Amino acid sequence: MKTLVSLTVNGVAHELYVDTRRSLLDVLRSDLGLTGTHRGCDSGDCGACTVLRNGLPVTACLALAADCGGDEVLTIEGLAVGGSLDPVQQALVEKGAIQCGFCTPGVVMNAVALLRENPRPSELEVRQALAGNLCRCTGYVKIVEAVLSLQEAA
Amino acid sequence: MNQRGSLIGARVPKRDAPQKASGRAVYGHDVRLPGMLHGRILYSKHPHARVLAVDTSRAERLPGVKWVLTSADNPGTRFGYGKDNIPFKGEVVRSLRDEVAGVVAIDEDAAEEALELIRVEYEPLPPVFSAQAALAEGAPLLHPEHGSNLFQGFHYEHGDLGRGESDSAVVVENQFRLPYVSHACMETSVIVANFEPGGRLTLWSTTQIPFLLQRDLAEALDMDGRDIRILQTAIGGAFGRGLDIYPFEPIAALMARKAGAPVRLSFSRREEFQATPVRQPAEVVLRAGADKHGRLTFRDVSALLDIGAYVSWGTVTPLVFIETTASLYQVPHVRFQADCVYTNNPITGAVRGYGNPQSTFYVETAMDRLAEALGMDPVEFRLLNANQPNTVTPQGLVITSCGLKECLEAVAAAADQGSAAGGQGADAALGWAGAVGSTRGGDTTRRRGIGFASTLNVGGGARIYRSDGCGAIVKVDDFGHVCLVTGSTEIGQGSETVLAQIVAETLGVDIAAVSVENSDTDTKPWDVGVHASRTTFIAGNAAHLAALEARAKIFETAAELLQTDPEQLEAHAGQVRVKRDPSRAMPLDQVVRRRHFREGGQMVIGEGWYDPPTKLVDKATYKGNISAAYGFGAQMADVEVDVDTGVVRVLRLVCANDVGRAINPMAVEGQIEGGAQMGLGYALTEELLVSQGRVLNPDFLDYRLFTAADMPRIQTIIVESEDPGGPFGAKGVGEMGGTPTAAAIANAVFDAVGVRITELPMTPERVLAAIEAGERRTRP
Repeated sequence: MKTLVSLTVNGVAHELYVDTRRSLLDVLRSDLGLTGTHRGCDSGDCGACTVLRNGLPVTACLALAADCGGDEVLTIEGLAVGGSLDPVQQALVEKGAIQCGFCTPGVVMNAVALLRENPRPSELEVRQALAGNLCRCTGYVKIVEAVLSLQEAA
Repeated sequence: MNQRGSLIGARVPKRDAPQKASGRAVYGHDVRLPGMLHGRILYSKHPHARVLAVDTSRAERLPGVKWVLTSADNPGTRFGYGKDNIPFKGEVVRSLRDEVAGVVAIDEDAAEEALELIRVEYEPLPPVFSAQAALAEGAPLLHPEHGSNLFQGFHYEHGDLGRGESDSAVVVENQFRLPYVSHACMETSVIVANFEPGGRLTLWSTTQIPFLLQRDLAEALDMDGRDIRILQTAIGGAFGRGLDIYPFEPIAALMARKAGAPVRLSFSRREEFQATPVRQPAEVVLRAGADKHGRLTFRDVSALLDIGAYVSWGTVTPLVFIETTASLYQVPHVRFQADCVYTNNPITGAVRGYGNPQSTFYVETAMDRLAEALGMDPVEFRLLNANQPNTVTPQGLVITSCGLKECLEAVAAAADQGSAAGGQGADAALGWAGAVGSTRGGDTTRRRGIGFASTLNVGGGARIYRSDGCGAIVKVDDFGHVCLVTGSTEIGQGSETVLAQIVAETLGVDIAAVSVENSDTDTKPWDVGVHASRTTFIAGNAAHLAALEARAKIFETAAELLQTDPEQLEAHAGQVRVKRDPSRAMPLDQVVRRRHFREGGQMVIGEGWYDPPTKLVDKATYKGNISAAYGFGAQMADVEVDVDTGVVRVLRLVCANDVGRAINPMAVEGQIEGGAQMGLGYALTEELLVSQGRVLNPDFLDYRLFTAADMPRIQTIIVESEDPGGPFGAKGVGEMGGTPTAAAIANAVFDAVGVRITELPMTPERVLAAIEAGERRTRP
């Protein structure tokens, strides 16, 4: 069964006719071509598909697209505008927090949400906020360091 | 950045990081081609069975389904290291991850639905689920043509074991049980295949061995290697997963050929855990001794490895078991035996560290027990027996640079600093985020302990194949832009950046002036693959040679223009200048143009090929120098064990590594920190549970990786020993971060609660059982 969904993604309004079984992740990637949001597990365990839905971080694989009517979704592609990286992205680049990079978009979105909510998080708060973003390359050391470096600037 | 030497040792951010940070990097799952179809694989329902019939008719009629493939579509050739594998299994299935059929459809949902409509008739055969059972008399044979389930045995010895025994003042013996481990790459396996009208095959792949895969696929598909082109996408984690050909790769090509359209085959996470190769489980028995002065006398090791239903690189890990057993520390007498056995369990492959985390665990547990038996300090005991620079081990490893002593001293010093600070500070508060620990008695149920372990790892390539080489081309264009075309592969480890630093340094240009091409087998020169921590050393030397040749051409022209000899010139800050009179200089790009745009003009292209001065290991004795350099490291784990719950909490892990020279310290730290995350998982949480051939925990909820909240403080210490053969003195570091971790933690657990854990991972259940068994022994 299909249904009509109106949602805003990265500031652009879309009217989509989607199968009710499909996830927000699938629609972002397949219908809108926003492949920066990654599918790591499709079960909400790895965090690679984290996007901001009405300002809150969610795993897009667990959100049904049909449930997102009227929502504002921000994906990784909506952060770097005009070619200049968001401070979170820039910090991850400069601190060496990116290796294979597959988890990176989800990490960025979760860190952006954390810093909007809590501009001066402690290290423990950063680690807890990112506990849902699995990374197999970095041991999280430089990811945490990068997010904390933004706290210092705040 | 333009001071001479400043790029070597600089914390240069990864070249591809902005692309990855902004979601613009293209991974295999992101490749979209016009008319692309989607494939799914049907796996066996039985761990061992005869396939009697496959009925695909209902699946073929499902709307959206284009083709259904079975063993009838196999080219008829076998592939793999043991030549025991085929794409679709049509006669016998030997594991639950055996491919029986495949569907090509307009989308993944239709393909998935079609899988359920394929009817397969099986006749179950008696299975074997352990190496012991597979070796028992009358056990069903996995591959009857092989004559036995024992695929391969490895026997090694040096010295005289009897003499080692008689020289010993103390002898220790233990049995070890080592688990299945998955790579758990964040990106699941994926491949896109497309045949061009002329019959040439292009693959978008995450392989770590593009050139070997060309050859292997040619064999599997009964094609000519020249008709196969491999394009490597951004790779979302590798860690050894992509070191061999696996059936899904020829299957994707067969699907694309049949469909006459590009086909993408991507794994679900469940499929990834069930069908990709894993680290093989092993049972190890070890005896080791030392004399009354604290010198090692002997090691005697026997190991039984379950390789699964087909042969892949899991089978050859005993080569690394041998290296650690025979050559980590100075041991005069060593005997080693390993048997690799077929079972109806999952296929096993290469996982980061490749036999080293396993063998370091048993060797370093024995080191700790020997020190304890002798009443020696564990660090002093290790220092007394440590490998030394400019020595040859009895195995024939030629050790040039060696910073093991410095690594041990560094982690020992860090341990002292930690205890001086009281230990229970902010670092400790970060461990495991307060989520665990005893609920009664406050801190009285928690015991602190520290433990040490070292590691030896190939650091200058590893001659597993006839060639351990890598090629490179450096082109300097009329604008002064430098392009390095390297055979090596970027898997996230930062090779692009390190190689660009080497080239930029050699040509005296800014790092931003160098781009790296490394993803197309049509373009890039041959390389054996990204494995064995070899890329900085091997590909680095090749890139350096290519840059030197390009520089020689530039100097040749500049010498004419500046009226001097080429030997008098240097490249610096984008200029070519006279060393003794830097005012006589020309911009490098101007020199290139002057060389180009003249009568008989020439371009600046340098070529490099580096194959290290090493030998294939001797097939009978397993002796010989397989690497041109060896990396060393030591770790100190500071743990807290809750004696009520068995929970082990690592508070701090200090990692010192001898990397020769850190061309990019930030990347070196990243390798060690990431390796430590895998080592922590191997020690404490990661175990692929396999029962009756079935993976019981094929998801991240039940296969536990360390998260940001679980990680202890990781302190990395870089030791630079300046290897004479490495580019600018560098050695490999890719795998050492996780190899000694489990051993260091197990030794710390002993220090804390006085029990030796010899089965990994050290789950609370196992630790608690060991503590309770220890209490029963001491209080009968």
